[in-house]
Amino acid sequence: MKKSGTGKWNKYLTAGLLMTGLALLLGIVGIFWTPYSTTAMSAAEKFDAPSLLHIFGTDNFGRDIFSRVMEGMGTTVVISTLVVLFSGSAGILLGALTGYFGGVLDEIVMRVTDAVNGFPSILLTLVIISILSSGRQNVILSLGIVFVPSYVRIVRSEFIRLRDADYIRRARLMGVGRMRILFVHILPNIFSVFWVSVMIGFNNAILAESGMSYLGIGVQPPDASLGKMLSDAQGYLRTAPWYALAPGLSIVWVVLGFALFSEGIRRRNERVS
Amino acid sequence: MKYFMKKLITLIMTLFLVSVAAFLAFQIIPGDVVTSILGTEATPEREEQLREELGLNKPPVERYLNWVTDVLQGDLGESYRFSRNMNEMMPVAELIGDKLPVTLWLAAVSLALIIVIAIPLGVLWARSSSHFLDAVLGVVTQASMAVPSFFLGILVTYLFGILLKFFAPGSYVSYQEDFAGFLKYLLFPALSIAIPKIAMTARFLRNSMLTEMQADYVRTAYSKGCTRQRVMYGHVLRNAMMPVVTFLGMIIAEIVAGSIVIEQVFGLPGIGRLLISSISTRDFPVVEILILYITFVVIFVYFLVDILYRVIDPRISEK
Repeated sequence: MKKSGTGKWNKYLTAGLLMTGLALLLGIVGIFWTPYSTTAMSAAEKFDAPSLLHIFGTDNFGRDIFSRVMEGMGTTVVISTLVVLFSGSAGILLGALTGYFGGVLDEIVMRVTDAVNGFPSILLTLVIISILSSGRQNVILSLGIVFVPSYVRIVRSEFIRLRDADYIRRARLMGVGRMRILFVHILPNIFSVFWVSVMIGFNNAILAESGMSYLGIGVQPPDASLGKMLSDAQGYLRTAPWYALAPGLSIVWVVLGFALFSEGIRRRNERVS
Repeated sequence: MKYFMKKLITLIMTLFLVSVAAFLAFQIIPGDVVTSILGTEATPEREEQLREELGLNKPPVERYLNWVTDVLQGDLGESYRFSRNMNEMMPVAELIGDKLPVTLWLAAVSLALIIVIAIPLGVLWARSSSHFLDAVLGVVTQASMAVPSFFLGILVTYLFGILLKFFAPGSYVSYQEDFAGFLKYLLFPALSIAIPKIAMTARFLRNSMLTEMQADYVRTAYSKGCTRQRVMYGHVLRNAMMPVVTFLGMIIAEIVAGSIVIEQVFGLPGIGRLLISSISTRDFPVVEILILYITFVVIFVYFLVDILYRVIDPRISEK
């Protein structure tokens, strides 16, 4: 993305970038290092309210909640990234082929896409998870599959829009190969639109991943997860409300960040065109 | 009528495809039922015998037809995990029977809340030119999309259950014992499902009304001397409600899906909770029937919305 000439930085973009940046940073650092051990228990520090020492307080085993949130955020970031990579690249491939060539493949893919989009995505996820059983890889695989149609749709419509553009016709006339037209001439031009759906995809992946681990059918211990923390914390809502608020608000924070970010990109695109 | 028939045929085709997909997903892919019943230590003879008994040696098409016939006749199969007594496993139909009303009432209360709150709110939002209301509702809509449903449920529990003491979290009242108490307990789970949908519906209705207010007939209505009230409620609202009906249809599908999570948060013994626990214990017959059931409900609601849309707006011509 060129910085000059493509519209100015706006406040949505700035706020979104700051919020997601902070969350991603904490998550990535959390994979390697946390301020306190996430497993060491301490009976003396059970249910400490948030303080300078433990900024999010401590849980029922006296573990530092901030450290555990960092670790959980790490899991979420890794899983969502892989889900977006998987469904995004499958979406690009299918969307490019169906949008550019049309035909029978297009017909079949669109029918399936429509069918999947028509249903609440949680149902299909549950079907896949119940067959594969829970765990990290299966969460990534099932969410990856479920989110493919949303990308296919957007990529396909962009390829349809561009396939008869003048510069593409000219490239065809000059004898440029099909694959080169698809992925070198058209693909770079859809990224401004594609980014928005990647951001939305990130959000959906984060919400779905944490929802599944909340229900106990997502990642399994020892993998840390924000959803699992929330479901543990629910039992102590009366005595230690901060235990539930910390992972919950962290999810809201990162999702809101991505939402603002995508809104920022959308507005910038609008201003350009 | 022609349209209705066409939709009906599509409905039947979709139901057929979904049942085939469910059959493939739960009867073919998960592998050998026999191993899961007998364990890995059984003799090959015993395995073969059970396979014959369960009809697993028949061709897939025949197995599918048998399965569909059983389901249509109300024989939903037996759970792998729950037993009725020492010798018998629990039939799935019995397992679902007393849990279904909980989910249905939860969905009904949620939908009622959405309609009762969102429609007046949307009208008010469209009519007012107050920037304050605009800002507040705009923020609520944005925020409700960022708050996951299970966290919203926990927030509702904390705010209304623990701080304000409007209800006692975790003290579910069975509908068989005390129906009024049951509905009262459902109010807050339903509210957790409804809040984001209220924001979405109100926003949708507002946009729909603002579009309608630009229409020519509104100017005509004013010029023939209708009052603002009459134009708003007699003309604009009626037309603006049409897309909202379709929108509500989609919302119903989401309520059904949303109740799976919310039942877990509030400890409601509905089919959503049963579904999750059956997935955890890999109780395939139960999962299969529940998924099939929920999918059918969603498809059927879409079908009804299509038909209803025709009925309330006869202008949509039959092509």
